[in-house]
Amino acid sequence: MEAKAVVHERQRKPLFGKIDIRAYTMIGALVAIWIFFGFLNDTFLSARNLSNLFTQMSVTAILAIGMVLVIVAGHIDLSVGSIVGLTGGVAAILSNWMGLPTGVVIIGTLVAGILLGMLQGWLVAYRAIPAFIVTLGGMMIFRGVLMGITKSTTIPISDASFIALGSAYFTSGFGLVLAIVAIAAVVWMTWKKRKSRLQYGFTVAPLSVDIAKVAAISTLIVLFVLTMNSYKGIPFPIIFVIALALIFTFIATKTTFGRHVYAIGGNSEAARLSGINIQRHTMMLFVFTGLLSAIAALVLTARLSSATISAGQMYELDAIAACVIGGTSLMGGSGTIVGAIIGAMVMTSLDNGMSLLGMETFWQYIVKGSILILAVWMDIASRKKQTH
Amino acid sequence: MYALEMIEITKEFPGVKALDRVSFKVKKGEIHALCGENGAGKSTLMKVLSGLYPVGTYSGEIRIDGQPMEFRNIVDAEKAGIAIIHQELALVKEMTVGENIFLGREPKKFGVIQWDELYYEAAKWLEKVGLSISPQTKIHSLGIGQQQLVEIAKALSKEAKILILDEPTAALTESEVEILMGILEQLRKQGVACIYISHKMPEVFRLADSITVLRDGKSIATLPRAETNEDQVVSLMVGRELTERYPYVKRTPKEVVLEVKNYSVWHKDKPMKVNQNIHLTVRKGEIVGIAGLMGSGRTELAMSLFGAYEGKAEGEVWIEGEQVHIRSVQDAIRAGIALVTEDRKRLGLVLGMDVKNNTTLASLAAISKWKVINQNEELKWSQKYVDELKTKTASLETPVGTLSGGNQQKVVLAKWLMAKPKILILDEPTRGIDVGAKYEIYHLMNKLAEEGVAIIMISSELPEILGMSDRIYVMREGKLVKELTHEEATQENIMMAATGGK
Repeated sequence: MEAKAVVHERQRKPLFGKIDIRAYTMIGALVAIWIFFGFLNDTFLSARNLSNLFTQMSVTAILAIGMVLVIVAGHIDLSVGSIVGLTGGVAAILSNWMGLPTGVVIIGTLVAGILLGMLQGWLVAYRAIPAFIVTLGGMMIFRGVLMGITKSTTIPISDASFIALGSAYFTSGFGLVLAIVAIAAVVWMTWKKRKSRLQYGFTVAPLSVDIAKVAAISTLIVLFVLTMNSYKGIPFPIIFVIALALIFTFIATKTTFGRHVYAIGGNSEAARLSGINIQRHTMMLFVFTGLLSAIAALVLTARLSSATISAGQMYELDAIAACVIGGTSLMGGSGTIVGAIIGAMVMTSLDNGMSLLGMETFWQYIVKGSILILAVWMDIASRKKQTH
Repeated sequence: MYALEMIEITKEFPGVKALDRVSFKVKKGEIHALCGENGAGKSTLMKVLSGLYPVGTYSGEIRIDGQPMEFRNIVDAEKAGIAIIHQELALVKEMTVGENIFLGREPKKFGVIQWDELYYEAAKWLEKVGLSISPQTKIHSLGIGQQQLVEIAKALSKEAKILILDEPTAALTESEVEILMGILEQLRKQGVACIYISHKMPEVFRLADSITVLRDGKSIATLPRAETNEDQVVSLMVGRELTERYPYVKRTPKEVVLEVKNYSVWHKDKPMKVNQNIHLTVRKGEIVGIAGLMGSGRTELAMSLFGAYEGKAEGEVWIEGEQVHIRSVQDAIRAGIALVTEDRKRLGLVLGMDVKNNTTLASLAAISKWKVINQNEELKWSQKYVDELKTKTASLETPVGTLSGGNQQKVVLAKWLMAKPKILILDEPTRGIDVGAKYEIYHLMNKLAEEGVAIIMISSELPEILGMSDRIYVMREGKLVKELTHEEATQENIMMAATGGK
């Protein structure tokens, strides 16, 4: 028993080391960007701007969450931007033209997103049409449908409860309660994991390490809530992002569905011969991106308090870029949701910071494009070093 | 005069000495076999020789015809007359045979490819290797054996002085092996030095003039063929005497578990049957061997029974007295069938995933509750199989792509053992695996049979079929043409039935 435990500990260490290095590089890059902009412009790190930044990134982040899983499975979804546009239009029509209550609007919009995802997923999974083609077609079709049903007009939203989805803030009291709940959850989960590992006779990290980890995470949570509270409170959309990120991280890492998706992306033949239903999983992935696009559409439409025919244009590329900067491989088989969120944060920070500095738009495109290529270049270079 | 001398080659990877002062010398016009278990350093040595590991990343000296050489890349090595035929074929599937043979050195005039010259030359080389196909055939329409011969034609066309063949017969049929042997003998007469890497002792002893054995990155011995024998070479390779190569134990199989009646399988795209009127039974605790030549339809039968073959199947399948209708792999797993496929890298493993995730891939449901994986159960089970099968891996979180062939195969076996099958189908379970791991897999098969699993083993290695099976079916052109007991079977009568000889 004793000997085996020792072996196990020795085995596990390099794993944590490796994962941490990658995560730290990404976080390090983000911190560097923040310090850089904070240095050049005092308002960048102000509570007001950070609150704005988080709100701005929410749509890209929500889309990136779904995109990660699709890319991991070896597919791509180019239609998410158009689904955002179309379902946003549907939401506006339901709310403004038909005068339906916000609850019904939300459900209607989500159902629309799911149906669009289902249709594309069916074509990819059961009719074996490459996802690139299906979603490229979808990108054009959905944009066209949006123009058709809105008669190419901008539809304003007047329902205040709908607008709140994108622009309201939680009161500071509620924010603090949320922080306490979150910290309690972290403590409870860490403790449960320890207990379970001990029960199975696996080694656990020294208690002090776990305590330090919990303390660090708690500090971050408190810092975040206090910063947000010092402006107007936690913005509504960021709560969506956090909740969705937690749910989908859970799906990706802890459920059989998530494991199967990674296996399909890694080697679809081996996955099939291990009894994994590839078609059903593939279809589900597109349902997820449809659903997440609809959620993003609600946030975006509410924030802009109107639906336009150009809403969501090019968002699919932002989402893909966020995934790739966050370490997702376009070959399939690897990628994390946390990485994609950090990627989205990097992209938004660049946008936000350059706008604050008053840089011209053309520079923003050039810089963002270069960062994308640079990130992948560095990733590939570091991977090569590891294998040699 | 040596055509090639590799002197005191040492190659280190972080933490491992892959080659430790290895010396290896090949004469002109000699076929020199390089033997050793997987991981002994054969591939590394060949990579050093072919320029894949450039000069400076290893220490020691390479001489060709007495001249010291320094290869900075593969092109340098090719210029010096070294050609390598890899175990895994490196042909472009969508191109023609001719295009492949001259890939990268197409005959050109002012930058324009001279197609007529290319195909004329290609046809000449194809004739030399005894392939009667048009050089305009696309590679993907050829069988694996024919592709291998195209590779050889390609190497010959480079006018190689030193030819390296890495397990060249792994995918060849008997007649193709014959052709290859003929070609090699001809090359020997022409003064080409051949380095022949193989696990198959009969081939080595039939062809080689000398044999060099590597073990744990060291050159153990170089022996002229005439002064040694199979047992000596094998024991030098493993470093221990192998008293029994096949640990057969007499068993008394119990009731019938799998019964297949009048089973036929249609080809996935052509209107023809790949299996016809198959009748087959397997009992509890029995190992049944299926022998036959490559392409005789054995793999198709296995895939079809497992619900994984695209072609339609007709006939009846009974498991433990109940008729089953298997339409998908999920159905097969539910019915208690497991299939260890022949191509573990392509079909058996997710190479980028780690040992534990591959182990549990087919039985995630068993360690999950409400579709949520219990990761401690996962660790526990995969550790159990790593211990039980003696899989050599740095940790459970090591990507399986970095393991050696034998250990990869153990992970595939672990995956299917965890699914608790009643019927285990093994398709070429020991292909490309070193002797030590082979032996362990044989013992495992015996143990599983002891525990009551019904085992079907498909193998192209006759000694293995003879050595392990309680009963043997021989397949020829999609039909089971003969059934033999362990006692009746001999190499001769199996080969007779498989080739259709009298």
